[in-house]
Amino acid sequence: MTDRVSYTLWVNDHAYRVADVEPRLLLADVLRDVLGLTGTHVGCEHGACGACTVLVEGRPVRSCLMLGVQAQNTRIQTVEGLTGPNDALSPLQEAFTEHHALQCGFCTPGMLMTATFLLAENPHPSRQAIREALSGNLCRCTGYQNIVDAIEQAAHSDTEANGSVTKG
Amino acid sequence: MKPYAFQLYTPQTLEEALDVLEQLTDEGLSVKLLAGGQSLMPVLNMRLATPDVVMDLNGLNALLNFISDDGPYIRIGALTRHYQLETAEIISRCLPIVTEAERLIGHVAIRSRGTIGGSLVHADPSAELPLVATLMNARMTLQSKRETRTIPAQEFFLAYLMTNVESNEILTEIAFPSLPNRSGQAIQEFALRHGDFAIAVAGAHVTVDDAGAIVHSRLAVGGVGPTPLDMSARLAPLEGTHPTAADMDHLMAVICQDLEPDGDIHADSAYRKDLAGTLSARALATALQRAQDHG
Repeated sequence: MTDRVSYTLWVNDHAYRVADVEPRLLLADVLRDVLGLTGTHVGCEHGACGACTVLVEGRPVRSCLMLGVQAQNTRIQTVEGLTGPNDALSPLQEAFTEHHALQCGFCTPGMLMTATFLLAENPHPSRQAIREALSGNLCRCTGYQNIVDAIEQAAHSDTEANGSVTKG
Repeated sequence: MKPYAFQLYTPQTLEEALDVLEQLTDEGLSVKLLAGGQSLMPVLNMRLATPDVVMDLNGLNALLNFISDDGPYIRIGALTRHYQLETAEIISRCLPIVTEAERLIGHVAIRSRGTIGGSLVHADPSAELPLVATLMNARMTLQSKRETRTIPAQEFFLAYLMTNVESNEILTEIAFPSLPNRSGQAIQEFALRHGDFAIAVAGAHVTVDDAGAIVHSRLAVGGVGPTPLDMSARLAPLEGTHPTAADMDHLMAVICQDLEPDGDIHADSAYRKDLAGTLSARALATALQRAQDHG
C-alpha cells in the first residue's frame, strides 16, 4: 500500500525519473506537468475526446485513463517524438500543414498519434479506414476533411519516413 | 477532474491480490480493482467513486491474459485486452460474435487497454460484451481467498452497473461455448456515432440442421433494461422452420412488445423498443444466413 510513488518513464527514447508523486497522478499530467512535454493535451479527462492520445508499446492509449505509475517499464511515444533531427517535421506532420489539417491545434497531437499507429498497421488505408481509425479523436475546428486528406497523402509518401513506432 | 487521493496497491501474484483484498474488505476499506481502466478511470476522474484503495491488477497480466481452446469451450482470461480478442484467429473461428462485438467497442485507444473482465464487471447494460456473455450464457469464474466459484452469465448481471461479484472476489476467467457446426452468430447495434454506447444492441446465435431449418436459436438484447436480457425462450416458434425476413420481423415485433426500456435524452422508451425489435430481427436473420452458409 502506498501513497507516494517514484518511477522511471521512457518517453521518446529518453528516460525520465518521476520522484515522489501521488499514485493518482495521471499519465497525461505526468507528461505535461512533471516532464514538461506539453504536446499531449488534456480535453475531456474521461477518454472520449482523444486529445490526450499517446502511444504506449506502439499502441494508442488515452493518457488521461492511465496512472503515470502504470506506464513505467513501457515505451511511450508522444507528439514530441514524431519530429526528426533538427526538429524536422515528419511526412505526416508536413501533410497536416499542407492540407490545413489543424486550426487551433488542440486535437492535433492526438490525431497525429492515432494516425501514426494507423499507418504503421495499415500503410495504405482507404478513406473509410482512416475515418474509422479517427473515430475516437474529436475536432471542433476543421470538420475532419482536411485531416483525412492529410493522412491519405502521408500514406502515399515513403512509409519509413513517417517515423517508426516503437513496439513491445 | 482528477481522482480523489487513494492508496495504490499493485499485487504481483493472484494469491497476494486475493489475500490483501480479503484483508481490506475485513477492515471495511473500500477497494476498486483497476484492470484496463477504460471504465474505472473515468469514474475516478469524475469522482463518481472515491475508494480508499485502488488495486492495480495489471501485475497479474501473465496469469490472467490468455485465450485457450478447451474443446467445447473457449476460455478467456479476464485481463485479455479488447484488441487481442478483436484480432485473435481462434476467436474469429470459434466465437465470431466476439470478434464482431469487439469491432463495435469504443475506439482504437479504448481497445488497447480495456479488458474483457473489466467490461463484464462494469456491467453497462448497453455494452457489447455483457450482451454476448448473456447470449451465450458464458461461465464466469470468480475467485476469493477462500473459494473459487463459477456462475452462468445470466446470474452474473444483477442490475445497472451491478453484478454478483462480492467485494472480496476477482473475476479471473470467462468460458464461452465454442461455435458448433452449422451455426451462425451476429450482433447488431445502433449508436449515434460509431463507437458510442449503443442505444440498443441485439445478439443472436442460430444452429440449423442439414436441411437449413433452425434447430437451436438464441437472442439477447441490451440497452433496454438494467441488464442485458436473454430472450431465447421466446424463440420457440422458430424451431424446425425456415423463417423469412418477414417472419422474423413479425416475431420480433411481438416479443419486443413486452420490453419496458427507460427513456433518456438519447432515445425515449418507444424508440428503444422499436429499435430492439428491428435489431433483433436483423441479428437473427444474419445469424441464420451465416448458419446456412457455414454447413
